[in-house]
Amino acid sequence: MSYKEKIAGRAAREVQPGQVINLGIGIPTMIPRYLPDGTGIWVHSENGILGMGLRCRRGTEDRNLIDAGGNYVTLMPGASFFDSALSFALVRGGRLDVAFLGALEISQYGDLANWIIPGKHAPGIGGGMELAQKARRVIVTTTHATRNGQPKILKQCTLPLTAKGCVDLIITEQAVIEVTAAGLRLKEIAFDTSVDRVVANTAADLMIPDGELPRF
Amino acid sequence: MTDKICSMEDIRKIFSDGLTVMVGGFGVPGTPFILVDALLADGAKGLTLIKNEANEDHMGVSKLIEAGQVRKIITSHLGLNATVIGIMNRGEIEVEFYPQGILAEKIRTGGSGLYGFLTDIGIDTILKEKKQTILMDGREVIVEPALRADVALIHATVGDRSGNLVYAKSARNFNPIMATAARTVIAEVEQVVETGVLEPDQIHTPGAFVDHMVEITELTQEYGILAHHVI
Repeated sequence: MSYKEKIAGRAAREVQPGQVINLGIGIPTMIPRYLPDGTGIWVHSENGILGMGLRCRRGTEDRNLIDAGGNYVTLMPGASFFDSALSFALVRGGRLDVAFLGALEISQYGDLANWIIPGKHAPGIGGGMELAQKARRVIVTTTHATRNGQPKILKQCTLPLTAKGCVDLIITEQAVIEVTAAGLRLKEIAFDTSVDRVVANTAADLMIPDGELPRF
Repeated sequence: MTDKICSMEDIRKIFSDGLTVMVGGFGVPGTPFILVDALLADGAKGLTLIKNEANEDHMGVSKLIEAGQVRKIITSHLGLNATVIGIMNRGEIEVEFYPQGILAEKIRTGGSGLYGFLTDIGIDTILKEKKQTILMDGREVIVEPALRADVALIHATVGDRSGNLVYAKSARNFNPIMATAARTVIAEVEQVVETGVLEPDQIHTPGAFVDHMVEITELTQEYGILAHHVI
């Protein structure tokens, strides 16, 4: 299992039956593979779909049916289509239960930066800012560190924010960390790591509960 | 209502330098590639485009930008188009980014004859810079002006001769809102039917919003499946 599959598999366990969820690009798009069948989970796609299914098998693509990343997708029973204004009414109006998003940086206050590296990478905002600010619960799925090994979980974000104080839970290949009013609380660690290693790879203070932590 | 079907030659007369043009579509679905090709062939310059994204490299509105016909694009995300990102980074085109739903809402309010709306989206970010803000219910909110265009280019699956339009699946996206928000609204449709054939309950855009319609006789390759998005 790749580290991405591991993160997606753990993230899928956060979804409750009947919830409306949105999946950002990258790791979040892998989450549906790990959702149990028949739980009535509604996947929202920014381009105007509620009830999106898995990606199409080769040869069954419909030129009029894609997700927000351009991939050909299927539908679940009860799916609906709508325009882009209504699509974000659903998000901003409080009808989106969970948004799974990627991250460049996350602060100990739950601030999220994931849309711009000034002077280097500025492809636009997309739907991420509204998802981060208005979803009822925001779960970040990301690698624990950058490709260069720098921690992504910091005391303060250095990059321009997507939204302030929006993150509820951080799921990485090493740990599950909850954002609380008192700070970051380590909830679980991966089978192949240790508390010391997680602490060493995190550039913010972690509250560590007494006793053995659950593993995933 | 009069018959709104017209020829591509009639459409070309509408295009001119300096127009602000809204273009429907989110990726391939709903992008009016044939109308965009007509604008490309016309050669109108100094255009301001309003579109969710710039399509992918060498497709749709990307061709207008690559041909140097576009002065500015008002958009949400260019992530799937490295060519246009390069053009932007070299400063050859002005780009104005909005959160996707805010862009949609600017168009919706423009189409509804309103001046704008109030939002807290981006209030704690660099998006607030240079924006007018006011206090509403004790909270600071951004005043976001409405957006209208000279021309809207729309793609629909079926249209009747009176301009009533039906969109298909995720090809709906920005099309119905853009169809309300321009002085001149031009729709390309894959199939024309006689007025009265469409069930009133089925119609997504009422004909009153549509000025001109062209029938697509053959879908070009751009409307097809993109191999790199297939598993």
